[in-house]
Amino acid sequence: MATLIKGRRIVKESSLLHESQVVRLEPSDDPAAVADRIARAARVEVNFPKFGDGRGYSIARLLRERHGYRGELRAVGQVARDNLHFLERCGFDAFLLRDGEDPHEALRGFEDFSAAYQ
Amino acid sequence: MYRYDEIDQRLVDERVRQFRDQTRRFLDGKLAEEEFRALRLRNGLYIQRYAPMLRIAIPYGLLTSHQLRKLAEISRRYDRGYGHFSTRQNLQLNWPRLHDVPDILAELATVQLHAIQTSGNCIRNVTTDHFAGVAPDEIVDSFVWCELIRQWSTFNPEFSYLPRKFKIAVNGAEKDRAAVGVHDIGLHAVRRSGSDPDFPGLGSDPDLPNEVGFRVLIGGGLGRTPMIGHVMREFLPWRHLLTYLEAILRVYNRHGRRDNIHKARIKILVKERGPERFREEIEAEWAELRDGPGTLTEAKVIEAQSRFTRPAYQEMGTDPVYFSAPAFLAWTKRNVHPHKVPGYAAVTLSLKKTGVPPGDVTSEQMDAIAGLAERYAFGELRVTHEQNLVLADVRAADLPGLWREARALGLATPNIGLLTNIISCPGGDFCALANAKSIPVAQAIQERFDDLDYLHDIGELDLNISGCINACGHHHVGHIGILGVDKNGEEWYQVEIGGNQGGTAASPASLGKVIGPSFARSDIPDVIGRLIECYLAHRDSEAERFVEVVHRIGVEPFKEHVYGNAHQGPPHRQREFIAA
Repeated sequence: MATLIKGRRIVKESSLLHESQVVRLEPSDDPAAVADRIARAARVEVNFPKFGDGRGYSIARLLRERHGYRGELRAVGQVARDNLHFLERCGFDAFLLRDGEDPHEALRGFEDFSAAYQ
Repeated sequence: MYRYDEIDQRLVDERVRQFRDQTRRFLDGKLAEEEFRALRLRNGLYIQRYAPMLRIAIPYGLLTSHQLRKLAEISRRYDRGYGHFSTRQNLQLNWPRLHDVPDILAELATVQLHAIQTSGNCIRNVTTDHFAGVAPDEIVDSFVWCELIRQWSTFNPEFSYLPRKFKIAVNGAEKDRAAVGVHDIGLHAVRRSGSDPDFPGLGSDPDLPNEVGFRVLIGGGLGRTPMIGHVMREFLPWRHLLTYLEAILRVYNRHGRRDNIHKARIKILVKERGPERFREEIEAEWAELRDGPGTLTEAKVIEAQSRFTRPAYQEMGTDPVYFSAPAFLAWTKRNVHPHKVPGYAAVTLSLKKTGVPPGDVTSEQMDAIAGLAERYAFGELRVTHEQNLVLADVRAADLPGLWREARALGLATPNIGLLTNIISCPGGDFCALANAKSIPVAQAIQERFDDLDYLHDIGELDLNISGCINACGHHHVGHIGILGVDKNGEEWYQVEIGGNQGGTAASPASLGKVIGPSFARSDIPDVIGRLIECYLAHRDSEAERFVEVVHRIGVEPFKEHVYGNAHQGPPHRQREFIAA
């Protein structure tokens, strides 16, 4: 079972949301095209089908900075320890780790860097 | 000289720690090969033909003697006693061991060097004019703008997994010495009013900051689909530099192709969309970012500018140097360059001595060059994209002394700008991608053209060699370009002429044209000889360079001179036609 991290802590899925409250975006999706649904969503999931596919990082920034989305922004798919720091910096606050990742070791990934230029 | 701050040091140290952990997990079998590949590449580490290769960043080509001594020590201890300066102002080690790399990076960090983003599908370290800050034709000090771009692009979380590598070059002078036309983004400074020497980063009166800006070219690049960049903006005011770059990178990150590695560079996106439509997309994205938090302020520019110290120049006359040894004069003609401060000069130390692979230096030479930099150039040097080193601030009166020492070290070959100043990739002797060797070709050409008088008579000529279509040796923009190709397991060489890396408005960047069927390696010196004969027969004066003659009369006369009657084929040797 994949591990869920929220607020830099390992958590269990607390409440089941109605599917109308969850929006799932693929890398090729345009957040602007689903802005209405995002405005009503309690959770937006962005899928990372491959380790090296970086489109979801731009989607996260657009959701946070352009569409004013304040709810849970969850990275799903190939979410690995080595991505967590950058994912968080782009606005993700929830991470569904892929199978096989050691969750406790993964938590240290948030602390890879203690400063940023941007 | 570049000054690092605490944040720079901390990030570099943390990067070492992160990579040490990634390497350990890989060696323990906890990190998949493919993922470690993506992670090691962004730390400059390749797995090559015979060994790993580590590409160390030399930001903007700027290096202190202290750092060069550390590189000498590392190359001696962890490698085989030499390093290779590349066309991207980096230093490559060809023989490190994988498990040593974290230690090498930790050693580098003690002198604020690193290998961050020297490879991988991310924004690579930015390159610039090796005469930045000292060139008489300076518009702005490009180091300042490179520094702003470095900070913006280093560990930029949004652009860490781009479709493909991404290279940005900045040129701050009238003449383009950074080859901005063949980069993913090329920035060429433009100024609309007089400069203020107290504020070189802006180059103009700070009360009129919008007078400085950049011509923005997008979609240039070499490789298997060479293209010259399209001008997306004739004038981008400096304040908007980073938000505009962000708009470009975001459009590319979201829409660049990820289905085919050979179509993943931004140049393909520009081509597929068409420059006009691409410009509209950039402008639409930028409209949202413009004047936002990424907008530059005078304070930010001044902060970046404060990272660079200038030497304490002495006031000196401009008396000529009275030393008339012919060899010295030949050297001053080719390897000594004008300086914006009277009484000073910039000097190129040639790494293109015949018999030495272009761009290679031994550990001993590194130590000795560090000494030269300390004695003659305020302890600073630069790496050029033509794979030479520059001492940027040499007193004119010291030139004879420097020349004697450099000559004793084999670093005073007076060939800068000439045919034997060959740009070459490491080729099949080292690189896993290469189809053919490049270094022996370079050496054979250098041996053939070792008569200095003849070389000087031929005049300026860029000859570039790549061992495969990835074009690391920039063959497309050599006045003569040589490309190694594989044909049924054999090494063949295709020859192009008429390429130009750019420079002036009168001689802009252009791509070479293939002259015809490819050649065996042993034929190459003869082929170059025939091309030169044809050039000398057609030039209207000594002032007309090889590339200008090619552009004036076209490829055909050269082709005929090389192949004889093209329809009958070559006289003595079977040649294969390799489609361009």
